[in-house]
Amino acid sequence: MKRQIPLIIAFICGIGMIIQFFIPHPVSQKTYEEVLHWQIIVGIFMMIIAVRSLCVVHIDKIRRKKEGWGYSFITLFAIAFTAFVGIAFGMGEESLISDLYQYIMVPMQSTMFSLLAFYMASAAYRAFKARTAQATLLLVVALVVMFGRVPVGERLVPWLPRVIEWILMYPNMAAQRGILLGVGLGMIATSLKIILGIERGYLGGG
Amino acid sequence: MSYNPWVWFAAFLTLCTFSFLWRDNPFYKFAEHLFVGVSVGYTISILYHNSFMPRVWEPIVTNHQYYVLLPTLLGLLAFAIFFKKISWLIRYPIAFIMGSTCGISIPRSFEGYIFKHTQSTITAISPGLPPFLLISNIIMVIGVITTLLYFYFSLEHKGVMGKVANVGIWYIMLAFGASFGYTVMARVSLLIGRLQFLLHDWLGVIK
Amino acid sequence: MNIWEKMMDIDRRWIYLLVGICVLIPLIRPVGLPTFTTPYTQALFDYIDKIPPDGSAILISFDFDPATAPELLPMAQAILRHCFFKDINVLCLGLYPTYIGMIDMALSNVKDDYEAKSGEDFVFLPYVPGVTAVMLSIGEDIKRTFGRDYYGVPLDSLPMMRHIRNYDDIALVLSISGTQLPREWAVLVGTTYHVRVGVGTTAVSAAEFYTFLQTGQFVGMLGGLKGAAEYENLIHAKGYTKKDTRKVASMGMDAQSFVHMLMIVLIVIGNIAYFNIRKKKAR
Repeated sequence: MKRQIPLIIAFICGIGMIIQFFIPHPVSQKTYEEVLHWQIIVGIFMMIIAVRSLCVVHIDKIRRKKEGWGYSFITLFAIAFTAFVGIAFGMGEESLISDLYQYIMVPMQSTMFSLLAFYMASAAYRAFKARTAQATLLLVVALVVMFGRVPVGERLVPWLPRVIEWILMYPNMAAQRGILLGVGLGMIATSLKIILGIERGYLGGG
Repeated sequence: MSYNPWVWFAAFLTLCTFSFLWRDNPFYKFAEHLFVGVSVGYTISILYHNSFMPRVWEPIVTNHQYYVLLPTLLGLLAFAIFFKKISWLIRYPIAFIMGSTCGISIPRSFEGYIFKHTQSTITAISPGLPPFLLISNIIMVIGVITTLLYFYFSLEHKGVMGKVANVGIWYIMLAFGASFGYTVMARVSLLIGRLQFLLHDWLGVIK
Repeated sequence: MNIWEKMMDIDRRWIYLLVGICVLIPLIRPVGLPTFTTPYTQALFDYIDKIPPDGSAILISFDFDPATAPELLPMAQAILRHCFFKDINVLCLGLYPTYIGMIDMALSNVKDDYEAKSGEDFVFLPYVPGVTAVMLSIGEDIKRTFGRDYYGVPLDSLPMMRHIRNYDDIALVLSISGTQLPREWAVLVGTTYHVRVGVGTTAVSAAEFYTFLQTGQFVGMLGGLKGAAEYENLIHAKGYTKKDTRKVASMGMDAQSFVHMLMIVLIVIGNIAYFNIRKKKAR
């Protein structure tokens, strides 16, 4: 019951949706619509679980007084305050929560990712070496793309953008397609394994 | 220069985050934890207003559409994870989501990932194409085949197979080089965006 | 230690400082170099330009969060300007909670310039969980999928939604994303409902999507800040923007040039140092 019934559910839903794709009958279409509708509603409760997990981590950190536990108060207070503001005062255009998003979330997330520019420059200087012939090809193509994709490069070497377009459209696209076909086949294989109950990792332990 | 206190606070948080470049410090930690909290609180608000109320509460309580109770009950089984003895019940909604998503995606993935791309590769070489385009497409087809064979590890990469896989590596290196060039552009763009905020929105130094 | 070894041993914070200077200087004193329009940006522009006003809508899926906003928000705003100028109806969608704020920001920055009104010129769809389910469910019935718009107004009551039911009434799905979602749009939605799909993406993902451009699964592509700058220039050249409209992406391209040159110099110096050190060790 604990593992067999979920596997049966996954099998029936999976095979059902595959067969549904090939049947244009209105009953098949209606089933498809209902399954999508059910997925949306079940998804709401799954999101709540994710939020709860984060809160538990920080509460646990405070209780056990782990390193940096003081900062967990900031996180929990921010969660409670933002959720209260959003739920109580709504989410319109000039709402407080809109300001919290625009002036806290946006700058923080953008800035954290912008640090990558610095790390990348440092890493490229220290580690990007033409050690082998293939690494040299990687390096040369990277330098050509970096040079040709900016206005300075386009101005100094006017035919370079077209060369870069050719590189991207033919040899680059060929390799990307090869990788994509492999990934596509892998995804289909994994999906089949889930439906047939061979892959059971999503059930967890116990 | 801006007189909006929110802009000043955003600039303060931006500088706190940039301070990590020097070294980890309490300002950075404060900003990081604040961000995590606000993100989660924002998600809760969105879920409440845009999802839970219009799709669960109002249909059942206000509009008496009781058939919505069925998926709601399935979704509620997810909360069983809070109780150790019955935590296994969460497998039911997960199995439903996983099974139906996999079933929906398989035929569409075949068509969108496999058939379309294989078809485009095969039909790329056709008589009547201008010579430059024909040669380019031949280069492309060779690249697709050799890249695919490089990732085929069931046959040892020796002899002819080894040489073909080696050609595949050259194509892959070229693609990674192009990707790296683009990645540099992407990361730098993020930095440009933040500095534009500081210089324009906060200090008003640029237009 | 010779000079090359000293150079490889340099504190990384000096490199950070150089990067910072290379971004700051061109922002404060712009050079204003023009940028070359790639064929796929032009293709996307032409496709949107040909959509008749007040007819089929464009569904713009804002599949990005603040992490990639510096690249993608200017792109989204440029496309919104294009649509509002040409009276093309726009549906704005976010598939994750943190994407919703990006729609709010983009609309706030653009709609007043064109007096665009919610419900008449654009509809801001609310967040609904279940990414794949939402993408496919729109193909059956948008009103059933969402019920109301983001502001809580029933979709049935909105003038713009009178003739929009599903993908049959949508001329283009445009996924602006820093993730693999554009692929999902092309594979799941393009395949099932035969709706055309366009993409605006970060530079990181742009190289991967050429394969979808070749099959025709994408009608066009904007790649990174450069793609955004190209689109801004195209709509500006056609007179779709006001004279004082800030071309955020175009202003950033000068800084892009400087930093790229710096990166090239750093990589070349790093390699020269590497070969010299290797030669010294071989002796």
